[in-house]
Amino acid sequence: MTVDASRGADAPPELVQLLTPEGERVEHPDYDIDLTPEEVRSLYRDLVLVRRVDLEAVALQRQGELGIWASLLGQEAAQIGSGRALTDADMAFPTYREHGVAWCRDVDPVKLLGMFRGVNHGGWDPKEHNFHLYTIVIGSQTLHAVGYAMGIQRDDATAATIAYFGDGATSQGDVNESFIWASVFNAPIVFFCQNNQWAISEPLEKQTRIPLYRRASGFGFPGVRVDGNDVFACLAVTRQALKNAREGQGPMLIEAFTYRMGAHTSSDDPTRYRVASELEAWKLKDPIERVKAYLFKNELADQAYFDSIEAEADQLGADLRARCLAMPDPEPLAIFDHVYSEPHALIDEERAQYAAYLEGFER
Amino acid sequence: MTVLSLSKALNEGMRKAMEDDPKVLIMGEDVGKLGGVFRVTDGLQKDFGEDRVIDTPLAESGIIGTAIGLALRGYRPVCEIQFDGFVFPAADQIITQLAKMPMRSLGAIKLPVVVRIPCGGGIGAVEHHSESPEAYFTHTAGLRVIACANPADAYSMIQQAIRSDDPVIFFEPKRRYWEKAEVDTTTTDWWTPMDKGRVVRPGTDATLLAYGPMVKTCLEAATAAEEDGRSLEVVDLRSLNPLDTPLVLDSVRRTGRAVVVHEAPVNNGFGAELAARITEQCFYHLESPVLRVGGFSTPYPPSKLEEHYLPDLDRVLDAVDRAFGY
Repeated sequence: MTVDASRGADAPPELVQLLTPEGERVEHPDYDIDLTPEEVRSLYRDLVLVRRVDLEAVALQRQGELGIWASLLGQEAAQIGSGRALTDADMAFPTYREHGVAWCRDVDPVKLLGMFRGVNHGGWDPKEHNFHLYTIVIGSQTLHAVGYAMGIQRDDATAATIAYFGDGATSQGDVNESFIWASVFNAPIVFFCQNNQWAISEPLEKQTRIPLYRRASGFGFPGVRVDGNDVFACLAVTRQALKNAREGQGPMLIEAFTYRMGAHTSSDDPTRYRVASELEAWKLKDPIERVKAYLFKNELADQAYFDSIEAEADQLGADLRARCLAMPDPEPLAIFDHVYSEPHALIDEERAQYAAYLEGFER
Repeated sequence: MTVLSLSKALNEGMRKAMEDDPKVLIMGEDVGKLGGVFRVTDGLQKDFGEDRVIDTPLAESGIIGTAIGLALRGYRPVCEIQFDGFVFPAADQIITQLAKMPMRSLGAIKLPVVVRIPCGGGIGAVEHHSESPEAYFTHTAGLRVIACANPADAYSMIQQAIRSDDPVIFFEPKRRYWEKAEVDTTTTDWWTPMDKGRVVRPGTDATLLAYGPMVKTCLEAATAAEEDGRSLEVVDLRSLNPLDTPLVLDSVRRTGRAVVVHEAPVNNGFGAELAARITEQCFYHLESPVLRVGGFSTPYPPSKLEEHYLPDLDRVLDAVDRAFGY
C-alpha cells in the first residue's frame, strides 16, 4: 500500500497509473488489475454512455429544460472506476456531480434530472440503490458516510461506504471531522476525492499547500493519489481500499487526480479564470480515448463495436431527452408532502388553508 | 411511583428506550464514563457498552452528521449537545441535512434523531452556557422542537422523542435538572403526547404561556397572584413545533389575557409567534394586547447580572399588572 507521506513532505507526489493517456498498459508495484476483454469493453461502454447522459443534460439545460446542470465531463474514469469497485452491499454518498457513480448504482439517469429541472430535491430511494441522494452543501455527506459506516460496524456486516467529494471540500470542517471520526472509530470507509483542480473559480492552491492525499497521514490512515483519468487505476485502487475497509483495516483517502473539463455548472463561465491551453493539455489525457486506444491496439474491439456503442449512446440520449420533457410538474400541494414523517398539525393546517385558497380560483 | 430528579428522569427514560429498542444509541461528548457533564447519561455506557453509548470526538457537526448516517443505517441516535451555546457548529448539519433530508428523499428516508440540548441560564455559568436558542430551530421546517419542564414530562417526552420517526430538538431546562417529583415509571397511561401542551394550573383572569425553565417561574407567579385575588392559568406549551394552537387559543379565549414568558430575547423570540397567532385568532376575546416577558436584546450577560436578564416572578407579575391596566 502506498503511504507516500512517510517518505517525507517534500517527496514528489506519486501517481498510481495503470493505463497511460496513449492507451499503454503499465505496471505499478502496489496495485494491479486483471480484466477480461469483456470487462474492459464494459468499462468503455460505461464511460461513453455516462458522457452521453452528461452531454444530453448540458443540452437540455441550454434549451431551458433544466434550471442548472453540473457536468461530469472529464471525470468519467474516476467515477466509473470507483463506482464499479463497489459491491451491492456497499453504500455510496455522492456530491451533486456523481452521475457516473449513479450509473454504476443503476439509478435511472432521468431520476438525476428531477432536481436540476426543479420538480423535486432528489428523486430516488437511496436504499434501493445503496446510493445516497445528491448533497449540495459541500462536504456534509462525508459525515453521513462515516456514520453509516459506524452502523455497518455495529451490524457486524461485510460492507463499506464510499464518500465522494471534491478538492474544494477538503477545506470544509465537516470533511476534516469525518476524517477524524473515521480514524478514531476505524470505520469501514473510503474517502474518494476527485481533485478536478478547480472549486468553481478557485484553483487547488487556494485549498492546500500539500498534495491532498498526504493529508491522510495526519489523520492516521493511508492516502494515495491515482490518475483520475485512468479507469483501470481508479478501479484497482478503490477495489483494494474497499476490500481493506470491509476487512476491518479502516479508512483510506484516494485522491483521484483529474480535471473538470467543463464549467463548474451551467451557470459558470470558466473563461473568466482559466486559460484555454490548460483544457487543451488535459484533453490529451482524456479518460475515454485511452481506453479506446487500448481496445484498438490490443484488438479487443473493432470499429463495428465502437459504432454500436455510439448508437446505444445516441439512443440513450434521445430516450433521456424524451423522458425529461415528459416529466410531470409536481402538484402545488406537494409542497407540504414529506416535510415530516408523522402527522404534523401546522403542516396540516397550512396545507388545508392553501388548498382552500387555490379552490377559490377554480370556482 | 418513584421520586426522580429531572436529570434522573431523563436518564431513566433513555434507559427504558435503550432496553426497548436495540437500535437506540447515545452519542456525544463525555456521555460515557463521565455520564455527561450533567450526569444525564450516568451509568448507561456501563450497562449498554461503548458501541451504544458513544463518546465522540469533540466536534458538534460531527456528532449530528454521523448521527444522520447512523439513522440512515437504521439506528436511532440520541445526541447530546453539551451546552446550548455549543450547538452552533452543528447548526449546518441540523438545518441543511437533518431537517431537510426526509423531504429531499420524497419520504424514502426517515431520520429518527434526537438532539438533546441543555438550555437556559440561572446557574451562574460563563458565556455560552446559558442561552436559549429555540427560535433558531422553531424557524426550521422539518424539525420538531419540544421542551420538558418537570421530571414526569422529562421521562415521558424523551421516550416519545426517541420513538418519533422525525428529528426532534429536545430542550432540557438545565437549572431544573435537580428538581424532584414523583414519576410513575410503571405505565404510560398518564403520558401526554409530546406535541401537545398542557394546562398545569387552571385560572380564569389571564393566561401565562411558558415552556421549559419558565414554567416553574410562572407557577410561582400564579401562586403569588392568587394572594392579590387574580386567578392566573398557566399553560406549559411543551411543544414549540408544532405548537398546540387549540390549547393556547382555548385558554386565552376563556381568560381574555395572555402573557408569554421565555428566557430568550423578546425581540423575534418564540413569544412573537404566539402573540401573532393569538391576536389573529382570539382578537375579539382579548381584553388586552398579548404581552411578552423575556430576555433583553443583548447577548446573555455575565452571571452577576443574569438575575436582571432572566424573567422572574416579579417581572411576570409586572406584565400581568400591565395586562390588567388596559
